[in-house]
Amino acid sequence: MDKSKPVKIAIASGKGGTGKTLISTNLASYISEKTDCLLVDLDVEEPNSKIFIEGDFSLQEEIFKAIPQWDESRCTLCGACTTNCKFHAVLQLGTMVAVFKELCHSCYACSELCPEEALPMKPHKIGEIGILKNGALNFMECRLSLEEEQAVPLINQAHEYVNQHFSDSSIQLFDCPPGTSCPVIAATKNTDFVVLATEPTPFGLNDLRLAIETMRGLNKKFGVVINRYGIGDDEVENYCISEEIPILARIPFDRKIAEDYSQGKIAVRGNEKLRKAISELFINIENHLNHD
Amino acid sequence: MKILFTSTGSEWDSLIDSRFGRAEHLVIFDTDTNELKSYDNSAVKNEAHGAGTATAQKVFDLKPDVIITGNGPGETALKILNLLELNIYVDAHNLTLKESYEKFQNEQLQKL
Repeated sequence: MDKSKPVKIAIASGKGGTGKTLISTNLASYISEKTDCLLVDLDVEEPNSKIFIEGDFSLQEEIFKAIPQWDESRCTLCGACTTNCKFHAVLQLGTMVAVFKELCHSCYACSELCPEEALPMKPHKIGEIGILKNGALNFMECRLSLEEEQAVPLINQAHEYVNQHFSDSSIQLFDCPPGTSCPVIAATKNTDFVVLATEPTPFGLNDLRLAIETMRGLNKKFGVVINRYGIGDDEVENYCISEEIPILARIPFDRKIAEDYSQGKIAVRGNEKLRKAISELFINIENHLNHD
Repeated sequence: MKILFTSTGSEWDSLIDSRFGRAEHLVIFDTDTNELKSYDNSAVKNEAHGAGTATAQKVFDLKPDVIITGNGPGETALKILNLLELNIYVDAHNLTLKESYEKFQNEQLQKL
């Protein structure tokens, strides 16, 4: 690994509930036993990594996106804004111009191309970030405000914030949203390696295929962690072998791991089975990153 | 009175398009002149976002008194339509424009 630049590792999955947060929090705890590590919860619609991190936020900041605001006194109702908005977020309705902030992508087209400067961009709060430091572990939570529909602007700003404020954290982990749509693409963008969490069931396999297709489309380096290994069938394993996709670790299906998780505990500290899987995962990620 | 149908075609025999935002045609029947006029809305299929507001903008400019449609407009489109004084009738699935108009006259359509 290039020591001068932080290594960014995303933990993602197609299917929800396959263990992204289990892997993220335990891997972060494991790494921070030896070296500085940053964990960022980018599952902004339902961030839950904080449950496993001790301590209170030492810093909280509001995050904004820019939304045009109609200045009636300057507007000549020329209609340019409505024509220029690709997202149909700015409409001219009779003698008024209405801005639908839930559709706005903050592209500035309406504002910049308005001949009368009647649509100045104004900040609109979309979420909050919280930061705490716990020994060698830095933690950052990103939480989307209620009623906000777009996760991507917050995720993009969270990445920028990390680049500005945590450039000396040599290992950075990003707990991503589930699925394969825009929020996942924004969350995994600019990361060096993606860990795809899955489970050995037909549902796990179906959504893993979609996630792999997405990562290949993005030209990402990735590998798979099979969680709850021992239940279901061999199809996920067979698929990974036939597609030559590295299986980074197998986390056994184990009642004690589930109990610790349900109580908000970091199982890697006391549970040897999980500790073995997480250490194997870390070694395998390092090997893949060092190979080129 | 102007009645607007979300339609799959431009004739009385065309079927209602159940979708509002992505309706292929917007057809207006003017009860004063007995004139049926169709507006092609199929370009909306190229829109990844904001189909509902794009169609609502067109409907706003057509200023109908009544809308007859299927699923009904979404939340954002409805905000726009609520600026007009109009009545929206939904659930006209699988009916031709003619059939849905008859049901409207007989007060058999569900009002939103």
